[in-house]
Amino acid sequence: MEKTLFKFIWRYSKRDQIILLILTVISFPFLYLSLDLPKTIINKAIGGKDVPEEIFGITIDQIDYLLILSGAFLALVFVNGGFKFYVNVFRGQLGERMLRRLRYSLLARVLRFPLPQFKKVSQGEVIQMVNSEVEPLGGFVGDSIALPAFQGGTLLTILIFMFIQDWMLGLAAIALYPIQGYIIPKLQWHVNQLGKKRVRNVRVLAEKIGEAVSGIEEVHANDGARRILARFTERLGVIYDIRYEIFRRKFFIKFLNNFIAQITPFFFYSIGGYLVIKGDLTFGALVAILAAYKDLSAPWKELLTYYQRLADSCIKYDQVIEQFDPQGIWPENYQMAEIEADFNLAGNVSAGNLSILDEESQPIVEKLSFDISKSEHIALTGPSSSGKDLATILMARLLAPDSGQILIAGKQIADLPEAATGRYMGYIGPNAFVFNATLKENILLGVMHRPISTGGELNEDLKNAQLSGNSLDDLGAEWLDYNAMGVDSDEGLQKRLIELLQVVDLDGDVYSMGLRSALNGSDDDQLLEQILTARKKFRERLDKSDVSNFVESFEKEVFNSNASVAENLLFGTPKGDSFSAENIGTHAYVLEILERVGLKDEFIRIGRDVASTMVELFADLPSDHEYFSQYSFISSENLPEFQTLLARSERLGLENMSTEDRNQFLSLPFKIIPARHRLDLITDDIQKRILAARKLFAEEIGDELRDEIEFFEAGYYNRSSSIQDNILFGKIALDKANAIDEVDHLITEIIDQENLRPVIINAGLDSQAGLAGSRLSQGQRQKLSIARALLRRPDHLILNEATSSLDSGSQAIVMSNLLSEMKGRNITWALQRASLAENFDRVLVLSGGQVVEDGSFQDLVKKEDSVINDLLREE
Amino acid sequence: MSLNKEVEVLRDVPLFSKIDHTKLKLLAFTSENLIHQDGQFLFREGETGDAAYIVLKGKVAVFIRTEKGPVEVAQLKRGDVVGEISILCDVPRTASVKAVESVQTLKVTKDTFIHLLTEFPEIAIEIMRVLASRLNKTNIQLREALTD
Repeated sequence: MEKTLFKFIWRYSKRDQIILLILTVISFPFLYLSLDLPKTIINKAIGGKDVPEEIFGITIDQIDYLLILSGAFLALVFVNGGFKFYVNVFRGQLGERMLRRLRYSLLARVLRFPLPQFKKVSQGEVIQMVNSEVEPLGGFVGDSIALPAFQGGTLLTILIFMFIQDWMLGLAAIALYPIQGYIIPKLQWHVNQLGKKRVRNVRVLAEKIGEAVSGIEEVHANDGARRILARFTERLGVIYDIRYEIFRRKFFIKFLNNFIAQITPFFFYSIGGYLVIKGDLTFGALVAILAAYKDLSAPWKELLTYYQRLADSCIKYDQVIEQFDPQGIWPENYQMAEIEADFNLAGNVSAGNLSILDEESQPIVEKLSFDISKSEHIALTGPSSSGKDLATILMARLLAPDSGQILIAGKQIADLPEAATGRYMGYIGPNAFVFNATLKENILLGVMHRPISTGGELNEDLKNAQLSGNSLDDLGAEWLDYNAMGVDSDEGLQKRLIELLQVVDLDGDVYSMGLRSALNGSDDDQLLEQILTARKKFRERLDKSDVSNFVESFEKEVFNSNASVAENLLFGTPKGDSFSAENIGTHAYVLEILERVGLKDEFIRIGRDVASTMVELFADLPSDHEYFSQYSFISSENLPEFQTLLARSERLGLENMSTEDRNQFLSLPFKIIPARHRLDLITDDIQKRILAARKLFAEEIGDELRDEIEFFEAGYYNRSSSIQDNILFGKIALDKANAIDEVDHLITEIIDQENLRPVIINAGLDSQAGLAGSRLSQGQRQKLSIARALLRRPDHLILNEATSSLDSGSQAIVMSNLLSEMKGRNITWALQRASLAENFDRVLVLSGGQVVEDGSFQDLVKKEDSVINDLLREE
Repeated sequence: MSLNKEVEVLRDVPLFSKIDHTKLKLLAFTSENLIHQDGQFLFREGETGDAAYIVLKGKVAVFIRTEKGPVEVAQLKRGDVVGEISILCDVPRTASVKAVESVQTLKVTKDTFIHLLTEFPEIAIEIMRVLASRLNKTNIQLREALTD
């Protein structure tokens, strides 16, 4: 990385800066002319002295002359404006391009940080630096050379003009510059120091914010919020003080500048006036000088601001750069270099004399040596700080040893690019990370190393990327490496994915997710038809069983007591927010329908009764009681309001309350599910009227609301509902014991009978994993990461306590599946428990960063005093 | 069965005799009302338990496993509570319970039950009394069995 900002600017924008400079220089003559012309107009054209009799052979009078000169002035205004516009756009583009380049190179460097660096810089700091701190640099880069040249040139042009008019006045105009030139930098220096301090403190704040967000569970569980807030307050206070100080000093500088600038006219009025009276200076010249002086203050101010920005930008650049240049940063070709087509790592592993030092230069792994043959299944075990985890990390080349070397298939892995280590080996650590994408995309990441289809012209976006030195890999190209997966088609890939899910024991979970997900994007009509068949078969199967009343099907003319009142009225799935559970009670169209079937007053009465029951049941509970979210129709915050409303209805009678008050009750009945809540409020008569409302609602819905809902129709697939709901086409009876288990069981039966399982697993693979995989459990994340590594059929599978979050049943399944999946290829597995080592070919027991025992599990446990026996006893 | 009718049944349960109407209603509201068909098991011996059941209507039979096969040890009816042991002390179900006719119960989950106990120590004492008397009865039966 370039050590100073100007080196960076010069190296990457030389050409553009020179163009800018040339443009600037070309513009000066025009600027000079536009200054000089007013004088000619006033003195000659208006004053009537020296009017030429003809121009280009055409005779003219004084008026013509005035008009010609004025026209020329107007033309100059256009030319100057045009220059300014073009230069500004050019400069802006240059600045943005350089900012893009700077950000990209910072990000590229983050990806090359040696892993221990991430213990020193926090995520918050990196984001702060890349996002905000470098932002002003972009603007500055465009200005860095052209602006001082332009403004300096402008200043000079104006000064030259003034000196030509009268050297004394010229001198007067710049008389105070030396004073400014002396004082301002001194004042500025203090501001710069404060600027540095501010940058550091904002970074710390960013880090603290990041910490509070990541540790939010701990904060709540330890009642630590107030302490955290106090810490934030302290930090914000420090930043406030610094900013205030900067503010004060900056405005003092500004004040001083303005003051000095306004003293100068004093000289013009006195000296200039004197000269005009004496006849040594024409009146026109004085006016022109005064106009020029007004123009002078703008570039001078710009130059002073430029000086401040220059200082500011250089500090920022230095402060950012030093953070992105850690010791031991990986070379660029680790990530960029490609490998030969016939490359592989299928061969023995030989690690010799590996050592790692900790931050205090104490060895944590010392002279670690081991050999693994290419098809062996190796278990690494040992006490918690034995170095078994580091051995796997070293083998995956995620960490470079301080000394020693690892050879795999005869190749020094320290010299290999990630194209080798990240494609022919698979490493899964205990903190398996899942990205915010679908499950499928997460697994496919394991074979998306580079765009496969390269060559051909760069598109417009990539051409721009090239100009900023960004990556030229087309995100839209095909990235999937089918060769690595050993499949040749999409169908093959689907099959392979399902196989892998079985290997990592995740197929059941993904199947459940699939059942709960909607196929809203699917245009596979045949598939939807299949699910509709399943719906029919399910109902038939149910009717034949003795549990036919476990599901209450949706029927157009029948009230469904296991569905909410809202669902009964809509008789469909809301698509947008209009008819969502929160909004339905206040939606104008819904209220109009209620009014027309004579339900509005009834709903207000029922709502009042619901409110009174809720107040009766929940009013004594503490406001943060879990029952509020689980059971109450009214949140704890709103409960007091309803208490007041109820008291008012008691006093005035429901019918005498204001419309606004009455409408408060209106939304409550929509939430009632008669079979669950057993409030006896939705009587047969009300049900009948809700059915009437249902009919009217569907008949009269306008075009603009039609897209807000998808109605239930017996013969149609409902894209807004989940697959499971489409098969059920009804509600599970809430009052039948065991109904949920029984129905699940039946659905599975039908799905298997109709061969729908792969389709549903596919739908499950398309569900979102959430931020950092938050919708999955830690165990599921680990399984997903293993599948990701397996997909590319690695020569070596390296696991570092990668199944630690699985329950023991699932762990046994995954382990045995992996051992058979990787038959003939190497597995090296650092285990969290020694007893798990039993099924491996060979066990390496580590202690104190060295291999202390090496042999088969059976042989090692035979020896009474072996370390592995100690470990087994401790379990 | 509506909430209010359930509360009427609950008032007759000796365990809940000292709890006021509102709290019984809350208990009912936060619990599931379930219908078990004739012959359906509420739970089986050895399963892990997550809920107790209060019989609202109908009869259930309690069985325990013996060498000679399942033996019916009791029949319970409206107002009786079953299944509270395994949610109190985290042991597997100590007996199987089966509906002998169409039965309606209130299924009280472990969380709800614990909430009830912490809020009303009277119920805890009442439960102790019931369990102690059951223990006493078992002792007597054991003594009789030994002297036979």
